Amino acid sequence: MRDALGSVQSVLVLGGNSEIAIAIVDRLVASRCKKVVLGVRSPASATTTLNRLRSAGVDADTIVFDALDHASHAQVIDAAAERIGDLDMVILAFGVLGEQSEFNASPVAAAEAARVNFVGAVSSGLAAAAKLRTQGHGTILAITSVAGVRARADNFVYGSTKAGMDAFAQGLGDSLIGSGARCVVVRPGFVHTRMTEGMKPAPFATTPDKIADAVINGLQKNKEIIWAPPIMSILFTVLRHLPRPIWRKISAG
Amino acid sequence: MPSTPPEPAASRAVPSSTELFGWGRTAPSGADVRRPTSPIELQRALPTSFQRGLIARGLGRSYGDAAQNAGGTVIETTDVAAFTIHESDPTSDTVLVTADAGASIDRLLHALVPQGLFVPVTPGTRYVTVGGAIAADIHGKNHHLKGSWCNHVESLHLQLADGSVVEVGPDLDSELFWATAGGMGLTGVILDATFRCPRIGSSQLVVDTDRAADLDAVCQLMRDGDHLYDYSVAWIDLMATGNNMGRSVLTRGRFASADEAAPKIGADPYVYKANELVSAPPFMPAGLLNNLSIRAFNELWFRKAPVERRDEIQSIPTFFHPLDMVRGWNRTYGPAGFLQWQFVIPFDATSTLTTIVDEISQSGCTSFLAVLKSFGEGNSGPLSFPAGGWTLALDIPTGIQGLGPLLDRLDDLVVGVGGRIYLAKDSRVRPELIPEMYPRLDEWREVRERVDPNRRIMSDLARRLGL
Ligand SMILES: Cc1cc2nc3c(=O)[nH]c(=O)nc-3n(C[C@H](O)[C@H](O)[C@H](O)COP(=O)(O)OP(=O)(O)OC[C@H]3O[C@@H](n4cnc5c(N)ncnc54)[C@H](O)[C@@H]3O)c2cc1C
Ligand SMILES: NC(=O)c1ccc[n+]([C@@H]2O[C@H](COP(=O)([O-])OP(=O)(O)OC[C@H]3O[C@@H](n4cnc5c(N)ncnc54)[C@H](OP(=O)(O)O)[C@@H]3O)[C@@H](O)[C@H]2O)c1
Repeated sequence: MRDALGSVQSVLVLGGNSEIAIAIVDRLVASRCKKVVLGVRSPASATTTLNRLRSAGVDADTIVFDALDHASHAQVIDAAAERIGDLDMVILAFGVLGEQSEFNASPVAAAEAARVNFVGAVSSGLAAAAKLRTQGHGTILAITSVAGVRARADNFVYGSTKAGMDAFAQGLGDSLIGSGARCVVVRPGFVHTRMTEGMKPAPFATTPDKIADAVINGLQKNKEIIWAPPIMSILFTVLRHLPRPIWRKISAG
Repeated sequence: MPSTPPEPAASRAVPSSTELFGWGRTAPSGADVRRPTSPIELQRALPTSFQRGLIARGLGRSYGDAAQNAGGTVIETTDVAAFTIHESDPTSDTVLVTADAGASIDRLLHALVPQGLFVPVTPGTRYVTVGGAIAADIHGKNHHLKGSWCNHVESLHLQLADGSVVEVGPDLDSELFWATAGGMGLTGVILDATFRCPRIGSSQLVVDTDRAADLDAVCQLMRDGDHLYDYSVAWIDLMATGNNMGRSVLTRGRFASADEAAPKIGADPYVYKANELVSAPPFMPAGLLNNLSIRAFNELWFRKAPVERRDEIQSIPTFFHPLDMVRGWNRTYGPAGFLQWQFVIPFDATSTLTTIVDEISQSGCTSFLAVLKSFGEGNSGPLSFPAGGWTLALDIPTGIQGLGPLLDRLDDLVVGVGGRIYLAKDSRVRPELIPEMYPRLDEWREVRERVDPNRRIMSDLARRLGL
């Protein structure tokens, strides 16, 4: 169960190798969380995390999860609940960034990225919501991105998949009102992880740990949308309203 | 035999899932909420399928998740609220009252006080039900002399998970009775109870007030003089630091005789008026109650209290239920809600009390006036909270950074000296501390195993703490 300070006792991570998600899980485990299931494409890839969690006394396990296998998502959720009981939290952490120039050259690759980031979030998000509704409690933590707040010419495929996911997650949250379950949106800025390796950092670039701190703080304060780092909230309130010519200039970096 | 009619039976259509939270407005969960309107309906409200169990709920004044049951059934008892004041020998000190579990102390008082009677124990709010009073084995300002609510219960009817109804009492399956006393609703649904109510001389109290400069001073005053008063409690300013650390206002009193009350209220010694005066606005922006505004409030309140005042005549609402004057004051904490942390530690651990008060003051964490009281001995309930010692209760907004680790540290101090926290107030304690805080937990579990082997009676609190 969730407690008054936003701590949970069990969590399922979809995209269980995500560095951001792992930083969040570390904090959950340091508080009240005793059960973790990592949903990953290949269980072997999560061995290090699994061992670390287990040696900290956590009941941790992996489960096969592929964001592209939409038909399997309800079963994945059920299997996780079978394994650890009530799912106090489900983190949607999977995602691919891709390269806009590649997407331009290969519309099929772009569609594939959209199938992971957006369609995968839709099918797994709804499957999770159905479970949490029956439980009468639980939090879906949907990691979207500030890239979805306003699309940029140099990564608008990624940005639009995240915009779609963000709108989906907000609507999902509203649809869950009254059920005891909820959906919280996390909007990170630029984070140094495998995903952004080798890229030029955007302003206010930060680490998975900092993102996780902002998430824990937001959960404690019962926020529906968590900007991470918090400064993103102010920054993007301004950026979102800039006239397009100016936005084009700024975002071209 | 004077008795009250039940509340008009309004049949309310309920959606299949309703979100419920406790008084702190944290961690809500959805449940199928049923509101029976007659004793028969109440008994039939047990669901046929127990997928996620069932729990009874009174007026939802427990702070955390005790009266919630995520994904299961919650039976709200407040529409089944009749009670009977039994005939009695006028020379007896107490009068028996039989009340449906959904009857509130508020409604009881409106009937009892005009007849020269009072409830055996009242908490800081009169908006609690008899069922909630038993399930939390509530305590009041008279605990040092009279113990907690269940000390005054003769018998009660309990509906078990299998649908059967049993009568239990201190002399009638006392094991199950005491497991129900403080058992947080987990032994079954209490249908009604018979308890002893004391006679009073008037509806007024004779109150002495003492302002104490610090924690030591207030503890000393209580140690020296509490036995002279029927009711005693201190309000303590936990935001005061340095030399002011633990400064308090101690109010103690007893019921006035008709003669003592007459100058204030006139000929009828039992006039009783208890109304909510104002409502808190339905929506409060986050952070209105911040560190500064609360600090200023506490300061003002302390300065306003007399250094020493004797024999002041106060009404029941003023003395016992000042918070009830503002309806819905719990909303003023904003969207993140708030929690209450209440513990008891033995008298010989007074230095730990000092350490805790010191830590809270130093932390700068926002807290309205907290309540400090000295408890008398506890009773036989394995999960009953009160035990001889100091109890401190404080409200804290949940948004404060570092609050979790702070309270975890303080819990450790409490456990370290054999103390415990109050389940009716809890919304965040570490489950692994419960067996240490309640060393007779296993005894209680055996009784639960006997009456509910399939764990059909279930609450969010029970899930969270693994009771
Ligand atoms: C402002 C304020 C001041 C307070 N002051 C005090 C105080 O001084 N001393 C004190 O001891 N407490 C105090 N409390 C706490 C309060 O007295 C308890 O939480 C009490 O249990 C609330 O009663 P309720 O009817 O609201 O019950 P709920 O909050 O609805 O339920 C509390 C528990 O009782 C169980 N329960 C309720 N009805 C039944 C039933 N019919 N059968 C079985 N189980 C049932 C529920 O399952 C739950 O576990 C205070 C609370 C507030 C908000
Ligand atoms: N890093 C940033 O700057 C940033 C900014 C804003 C938002 N985000 C979002 O934050 C989330 C976490 O990202 P991160 O930074 O932690 O990156 P990360 O470490 O690369 O994590 C992304 C994860 O997604 C998984 N994944 C990719 N395709 C998948 C599929 N088809 N099925 C299942 N899992 C799949 C990957 O799993 P494998 O291990 O199997 O490859 C990887 O573990 C992502 O949604 C990302 O879009 C990141």
